[in-house]
Amino acid sequence: MLKALFQILIFPGVLFLFVFGLCGEFIDRKLCARFQNRIGPPWFQPLADFIKLVSKEEIIPEEADIKVFKLMPVLALTASSVSILYIPTLAERSAFSFNGDVIVVLYLLTLPTFTYFLGGWYSRGVYSMIGAVRSLTQLFAYEVPLFLVILASALLADTWSLSGMVAFYSRHLGYWFCNIIGFGVALICFLGKLEKVPFDIPEAETEIVAGSFTEYNGRLLALIRTSFNIEMIVGASLLAAVFLPFGLNLWPALIFPFYLLQVLFIIVIITFLRLLFARLRLDQMISFCWRFLAPLAFLQVILNLIFKAVLPR
Amino acid sequence: MHKYGDVIVPIGPQHPALKEPESFLITLRGEKITASSVRLGYNHRGIEKACEERTYTQGVYLIERVCGICSHSHSTAFVQAVEEIAGVEIPARAKYIRTLIAELERIHSHLLWLGVAGHEIGFDTLLMYTWRDREVVMDLLAKLTGNRVNYGINTIGGVRRDVSVKQKEEVLKAIDTLEKQTKYYIDLATKETTLLKRLQGVGVLSHEDAISLGAVGPTGRASGIARDTRKDDPYAAYGELDFKVISVDNCDVYGRTLVRLGELIESFSLVRQVIAKIPDGPITVRVPRKIPAGEVLSRYEAPRGEDVHYVRSNGTEKPDRVKVRAPTLANVQSVSKMLEDRYLADMPIVIAAIDPCFSCTDRLIALRDTQTKKSNTVIWETIRLKGIEWYKQQGVDFTALNKKLSKKLHL
Repeated sequence: MLKALFQILIFPGVLFLFVFGLCGEFIDRKLCARFQNRIGPPWFQPLADFIKLVSKEEIIPEEADIKVFKLMPVLALTASSVSILYIPTLAERSAFSFNGDVIVVLYLLTLPTFTYFLGGWYSRGVYSMIGAVRSLTQLFAYEVPLFLVILASALLADTWSLSGMVAFYSRHLGYWFCNIIGFGVALICFLGKLEKVPFDIPEAETEIVAGSFTEYNGRLLALIRTSFNIEMIVGASLLAAVFLPFGLNLWPALIFPFYLLQVLFIIVIITFLRLLFARLRLDQMISFCWRFLAPLAFLQVILNLIFKAVLPR
Repeated sequence: MHKYGDVIVPIGPQHPALKEPESFLITLRGEKITASSVRLGYNHRGIEKACEERTYTQGVYLIERVCGICSHSHSTAFVQAVEEIAGVEIPARAKYIRTLIAELERIHSHLLWLGVAGHEIGFDTLLMYTWRDREVVMDLLAKLTGNRVNYGINTIGGVRRDVSVKQKEEVLKAIDTLEKQTKYYIDLATKETTLLKRLQGVGVLSHEDAISLGAVGPTGRASGIARDTRKDDPYAAYGELDFKVISVDNCDVYGRTLVRLGELIESFSLVRQVIAKIPDGPITVRVPRKIPAGEVLSRYEAPRGEDVHYVRSNGTEKPDRVKVRAPTLANVQSVSKMLEDRYLADMPIVIAAIDPCFSCTDRLIALRDTQTKKSNTVIWETIRLKGIEWYKQQGVDFTALNKKLSKKLHL
């Protein structure tokens, strides 16, 4: 009981995710600034922003549905932080591993987007409502290829548990290379999930101010930002577990530092990607996802079926 | 037109896409724009009227503050008009210095535009890069004129500062750096896929529409109207310099980008020619304080398009009437046309593509009764009393407070 509580609240649960999320945000912002010829924030800036937001007065729009408006950020934070319990971090086995936890993690990672939709919709602002609809529309475009490539990786490993997949790819070190297309597709979909350029359509600043979050401020906005950070960490951990050679058959003591490195590696790639492009339009984004990402994801599934038959197990 | 399910999105008066207060009401069906309307009048400063209260010399500095980006354009257009009424021919060196500052201003304005355009389509890296390079030309302007924004180099009868040999070298060096960077941006703008996807075919303004709506500057030139006041009606030293008028037939935002980037390259060559050809001699001539009666329309090719100033004098030291028509006023009507049947996502870049400057454009709107033809004049005191009355109805009453305050002041 005490151990479970520790796992949920401290490691690898909320506290660890919060701190790691702030580090991730700092790395993202600093790298972004350095690439853009700026100096960038000092290391404590994400924490300072968080404290500032938390200490601010809370303003709720008169027409908003107060219950939904207040509940949604909390729900987003909960959903994104719970999912880490099924992803291996400290060892090859995650805290609450069972066969089928991949599906639970994917489900939990979809929840935040729905909460952003509901929160935005019930803020009743014009910009929030447009942003809310956009984030839901975008969800249907990137979610399918993302699920398909993770399915492909699970197919090759022949297990529905993330710990099982990690164990499989550690035993067969070269096999992670089979999923390289899937890794690329998943990274791009992940940009859509985190609403970053070129897929930051739901919160396109110059069109709809801040999308779903236009009416949010103070504590609730701090929660939303934290849940985005946590989503970034959890998503990166998921990609690391599914697509990267996670364990490498290293000493158990080295697994955790290696996990951190992999997550940081994915964050750095995402920062690169978001610096290189202009924001796409919603129609362009959807057609891109269905015309390029979905076929590539299918290709990965077919390839993995072939690999599964051909490669020794 | 308006159907159930349509959403009216207010873009402005306060909105992150707009750098100045202006109102665009956009009717959306899904993501598509079905109707749009532009409303001016949030930023009126009454500069034209204020000019009538000031002498010509004071007017130069006031007119310079019409715009923060093309300040030299406005002041040059104004002093040209005054000089023409006074019948003064300014020295050749002054003409060249005016041209030099004008071209540097064009470079800084176009680089600024490129950055803003990048920001509007979410490409912030482009914004940071172009604005870093823009610092080079801003520093140059500060060195030459003493100011980064409102240069204050024009005066009636010439310019106020000379250009030294050392400064000439600095200009040439800076221009080399800028040219290298601009070539990189041209390469980027013509090859980067997401950029092309967001710019091509967006905000189409056909050649005919551009003519009938009176589009000027890069907006017009991107629709195939090869008009440039520098070529058509040369002023300052442009008659003696060699340059091309850049015009393309793309008719879209991409075309406007190409025109501006092409003009940057032309501007570099113009600056080099000015530095090479600049003659020696005085930089000002004396102009009497009192300008003889007369009226003049002065044209100037600002970075955003043709800038027109009208000045009428009555023989005193103050102008009788000054009228400014900034290029944005000529272009802003075309925005509604460009937004037809586009997506909401195209709105920021389409508005930005005319390189709008709303505070230059803004003017007062007077409503007239069509039957009686009478205008309704409201004096300041009436508005004030009406405001107090309105707030009283809302439950905000300052009467007691005002009495207390006035008592205190009298004591």
